[in-house]
Amino acid sequence: MKKRTVCIGSSIVLACVGLSGCATNSSHAAPAQTSHQQAAASTTKPRVITVAYQQFGNPPYFNQEWLQQAAQQFEKQYHGVTVKLEPIEASENDFYTKIDLMMKSASTAPDVVTEDTFLINADGSAGYLQPLNAEVKSWPDWSEFSAAMKSGSTSNSGEVYGVPYSTDTRGLYYDVKIFKEAGLPVPWHPKNWNDVLNAAKKIKEKVPGVVPLWMQVGKATGEATTMQTFEMLLYGTHDTLYDAAKHKWIVQSPGFLNSLKWIQTVYADGLGPSFSQILNAQAGNIESQQLMPQQKIGIALDGNWLPGSWQKNGPSPWPDGTKAYQLTAMPTEFGQAPGYTSMSGGWALSISHLSQNKQLAWDFIKIATDKKNMEWYDVHQGNLAPRKDIANDPAYENAPGQFFKVATGFEKFTHFRPANSQYPSVSTQIQAAVEAVATGALTPEQAMQQYANNVQRIVGASNTETVSK
Amino acid sequence: MAVHAFAKSTGRRNRVPGGVGQHTGWRAIMFLLPSWLLLAVFFFVPILLTFYFAFTNLSLTGTSSLATKFVGFQNFVSMFQDPTFRISVIKTIVFLLFSAVIGQQVLGLLLAVLMNERHRLFRSAIGVLVIAGWVTPEIVVAFIFYAFFSDGGTLDTFLSVFHVQPIAWLYAFPMVSVIIANIWHGTAFSMMVYQAALGDVPKEILESAAIDGAGRFQRFVRVTLPMIKGSIATNMMLITLQTLGVFTLIYSLTGGGPGNRTTTLPIYMYQQAFSDYQLGYGTAISLILLMIGIVASFVYLRMLKVKL
Repeated sequence: MKKRTVCIGSSIVLACVGLSGCATNSSHAAPAQTSHQQAAASTTKPRVITVAYQQFGNPPYFNQEWLQQAAQQFEKQYHGVTVKLEPIEASENDFYTKIDLMMKSASTAPDVVTEDTFLINADGSAGYLQPLNAEVKSWPDWSEFSAAMKSGSTSNSGEVYGVPYSTDTRGLYYDVKIFKEAGLPVPWHPKNWNDVLNAAKKIKEKVPGVVPLWMQVGKATGEATTMQTFEMLLYGTHDTLYDAAKHKWIVQSPGFLNSLKWIQTVYADGLGPSFSQILNAQAGNIESQQLMPQQKIGIALDGNWLPGSWQKNGPSPWPDGTKAYQLTAMPTEFGQAPGYTSMSGGWALSISHLSQNKQLAWDFIKIATDKKNMEWYDVHQGNLAPRKDIANDPAYENAPGQFFKVATGFEKFTHFRPANSQYPSVSTQIQAAVEAVATGALTPEQAMQQYANNVQRIVGASNTETVSK
Repeated sequence: MAVHAFAKSTGRRNRVPGGVGQHTGWRAIMFLLPSWLLLAVFFFVPILLTFYFAFTNLSLTGTSSLATKFVGFQNFVSMFQDPTFRISVIKTIVFLLFSAVIGQQVLGLLLAVLMNERHRLFRSAIGVLVIAGWVTPEIVVAFIFYAFFSDGGTLDTFLSVFHVQPIAWLYAFPMVSVIIANIWHGTAFSMMVYQAALGDVPKEILESAAIDGAGRFQRFVRVTLPMIKGSIATNMMLITLQTLGVFTLIYSLTGGGPGNRTTTLPIYMYQQAFSDYQLGYGTAISLILLMIGIVASFVYLRMLKVKL
């Protein structure tokens, strides 16, 4: 028995040593190999470029229609080249995982891929994305993109990893009818977190059968939980997530704790929806496509794109949606300057590093993100346009059934997520903390401690810091 | 048991004439080589890679995905400091104990005993019903139980007849729900193992025990159980390993939630590797899962003093 264990043990050690040698070699060799492949590929004539994007929830899929339109125009200009759309049917988290896995191998890597800007730095530094600095330099349209949006798809070291095609802001939706029934003021301009909480309490008391305050708190809703809920709170306190000057993650701070405490209060006091609705990957669709059109939600903390679902050809048409609900700015914790807060993200079109048709892929991106195509998409999807020439277009500003003007106003005090390649991994830890607190599995203090431990493990303890005051 | 005996006897018969010469030895290796190669490529290499990755900071995205480093026991050190890991070990054990060791094992044996020596029609009718659960694919079982337990689902509708307020079972009693689903899905396997084992118990011994005055219960505990000990150990081991690996059912019913209330190790491993992008850490968790399986099998064999 003993002999055998020694034998097995030593063989495992040997195998580990042998394999570690192989692995480091191959990872060094990889970039050289791919550049050879590219050179070989460019001599043969490519005929198909693939475009991967997410498809989730109920149709219609405006991103698909938009890409289809761009593909048709592209195919007219580039004879003999076909654009193959590759919809990835997955929830947000699964989509990110799937495109990363696809981009790991040359045989599955799409040429063009839609990237959430929060992942773009991570995927760029993982070597999945092609830097586009030379391309955007010689592209006159690039000057139309706002500086903030450009920085969202640019890494710390200056590589441009994608062309942004949509952005957003976040705020509070409130139902005018429910507010009047509850005796709350309309129009509503809450001045601090307490105002929001008190309004929700009043709705619970006066208007039974509706969800007083909806905000995503599930791990299943992924980045929405981090950004629409947690960061909307945290960036309204005195603290942030990341110390950009020292390049350190702030893992413990009073603002972090207060944000968790606020979430705990909402769910412990029964001001939120039932767990079966909110801890579901479909929570976002339940909210905007079912409950809001039935006017069953008093207040919702969410992104400016929700009315996109209520368009005439949207998944849940509701022409009066933007009259029934109004959008107002999210106040800071105590109303401290600048009084309000918001978060902005967005999506970009990127080229995968292993793509063998990089030039064609870039030509496709230029068509898809020109003024006409991008405006069509942003107006239909309900997203804000990152191009200045669209933002200033009255047809866009006053698009019916949208909150473009109000939501664009939030850009004055908005925040962007840390441009750090570890952000996606840190974000999932936030989601775990938020869900634990909302369900009562952990106290806010315990959840923050767990978050601190996990983030220290992921990014290394030396890259974290604690703010005590 | 019957299969074992048969294998032994044929083995002996083959070996008797001639013995194995050098010539046949080489030929045997030649014939085995393709399957060894396939095993090596698709089985041993992935296992060895798993061992290697468990000691690295391999991740799906970010800088460490390009510059993967050997980090020694770091993953294991942080795993044992990670409260969620401890929670998921406990959840795994609870799930294993109630759904496999107690649920499937006891229910399977009970069904087999109750069906033993009954009319053939009765046996096949019940048998088909139980086996229906087993042949149903895991994802379909998950959908069935989602419909059964969800808000206003089958169970709530049924209970509303008795004026019971609807309960969100998957959120109020998540662990109980997934355990019941897994018992429903897996009991047929134990039942079939025990049906075969009970069929092997010689009637003469049971009859003589009855003549000596042993009651029904005594005959079962003193005669039948010791005689099917081998099957108990085998079955225990098989369903333990099966249950340790249950992912689809739990993931599609509760996603490991709410909170961490149904996060068993396979779920936690998946979350770490594919939702949190920490492939190295996820791999390290899978090694621990493997260890638990090995230890559990070893304990069963020791407890029941069986040689396989």
